[in-house]
Amino acid sequence: METRATRIGLWAWGALVVAFLWIPLGIMALYAFNSSNIQSWPIPGFTTKWFHQAWNDEEVRTALWLSLRAGLLATAVALVLGSLAAFGLARSRFFGRDSISFLFVLPIALPGIITGLALNSFFVIWGVSFSLWTIVIGHATFCVVVVYNNVLARLRRTSGSFFEASADLGATGFQTFRYVTLPTVGTALVAGGLLAFALSWDEIVVTYFTAGAQNTLPLLLFGFIRQGQNLPIVNVIALVVIVVSAIPVWIAQRLTSGSGGSGRGVGG
Amino acid sequence: MGSKKALVGLLAPPLLWLVVAYLGALAAIFATAFFTTDPFTNEVVRTFTTENFQALLSPTYLRIIGRTLFIAVMVTVLCIVIAVPFAYFMARVAPRRLRHVLVAAVLVPLWASYLVKAYAWRTMVQPGGVLDSTFGTTPGYGFTAVVLTLTYLWLPYMILPVYAGFERLPESHLEASADLGAHGPTTLRRVILPLAVPGLAAGSIFTFSLTLGDYIAPSLVGGPGSSLIGTVVFENLGLANNAPFAAAFATVPLAIMAVYLVIMKRLGAFESL
Repeated sequence: METRATRIGLWAWGALVVAFLWIPLGIMALYAFNSSNIQSWPIPGFTTKWFHQAWNDEEVRTALWLSLRAGLLATAVALVLGSLAAFGLARSRFFGRDSISFLFVLPIALPGIITGLALNSFFVIWGVSFSLWTIVIGHATFCVVVVYNNVLARLRRTSGSFFEASADLGATGFQTFRYVTLPTVGTALVAGGLLAFALSWDEIVVTYFTAGAQNTLPLLLFGFIRQGQNLPIVNVIALVVIVVSAIPVWIAQRLTSGSGGSGRGVGG
Repeated sequence: MGSKKALVGLLAPPLLWLVVAYLGALAAIFATAFFTTDPFTNEVVRTFTTENFQALLSPTYLRIIGRTLFIAVMVTVLCIVIAVPFAYFMARVAPRRLRHVLVAAVLVPLWASYLVKAYAWRTMVQPGGVLDSTFGTTPGYGFTAVVLTLTYLWLPYMILPVYAGFERLPESHLEASADLGAHGPTTLRRVILPLAVPGLAAGSIFTFSLTLGDYIAPSLVGGPGSSLIGTVVFENLGLANNAPFAAAFATVPLAIMAVYLVIMKRLGAFESL
């Protein structure tokens, strides 16, 4: 369809954009091994000593532990609420259905700072003190969307007659759920859960407003960066954070390949 | 599955959650926005006042709102310009095997920590950093770095919905257009680009909304005088301890997004979200 020149141009553009997307990540990865504690370029040599130092840092460990707990709890809440919502809305038609589905994507369509400040005002008004649970509530609010989108995309591509056939053949509600529904949406659930965890794990905009004085890993990083402190450790954590969020995304992508339902609500 | 009871049972818990935790919280913003703080203790005082909204209309803050909108438009346009040819390349030019690799090549940067990506640009634009030592010059911290960083951060959000739109475009449409005598540019303008509109609209919701709410990028790569709406909210809550003013200021992006979402819904953005 395209002329030869257009095609060559598009290939070149493709290469440029991929380079633009990846070079900053590649550079961050190199800095984690920087033998100097000065952030100059090119780095003078390689070392792994900062990994050791980061791992043995008490503050880093506390923050890592908090991030992991918050991520797992938010994922659990998101899995339950997101899949209930998807099952409820997948095949039903009723007045107000569109408004409800709009409500579910609203937390990702509005700027995170609004969600964050809203929850902050909410907690302050009701006298809720900041804890692990206020972080979990904040994270679950936008993690629900990811699970919802993934499960909904799967259900839309599955014919309803599967479930009807199961019932016609005499299966109880539980049997249909166990032998038909679960295998159908299983991988979408796993993918949604992985993405929800990845989203929670590196979230900062909302977390800042719901964490109080606690530090999740991204909040600790943000503090270090703003104060220009511990930059070698920051580089190491930065690399770890990228890798830990990339792995679930990669697995989720494989589990749902073709459904396109794995974006942050994008392309679902 | 069709029974009303089951439907209520399925939808009640997630709805309850969203209504209480999310809509309840949004209502709390509006309530807080009309409160004030005690000048001596900095405690929030629950008396009704509109002074926060009056303060918001001062030239300083109007300039910040204007700057944020300008940057949001600029970043959105840049993302569109970069994403459209790239998404077309992904969907229609690259061989099928490469397509999966390309999707992954966009997804991983999308999900890689937002803070880390902004930090990467902070490291890159600083004097003596990558840009400086490679090209001999760097924009340094400031307006250009903020636009560059935000474009980098939101680009994948634009690429994916546009790509999804192009992928659904049947080959036969292009052939029909050619058979009917349309030249390449005509096909591009009359067939391809109109099909990209819902994807562009969906992508622009993200680029726009995320810019309106961002405070990380300006605080990491912005110099003095590159505060955005997000910066004001962030600083009033954190440093100045003036939650009511932060809340009043946060209603600005909320109002802008409400208008924006209505326009984008007309363009079919929600089917591509």
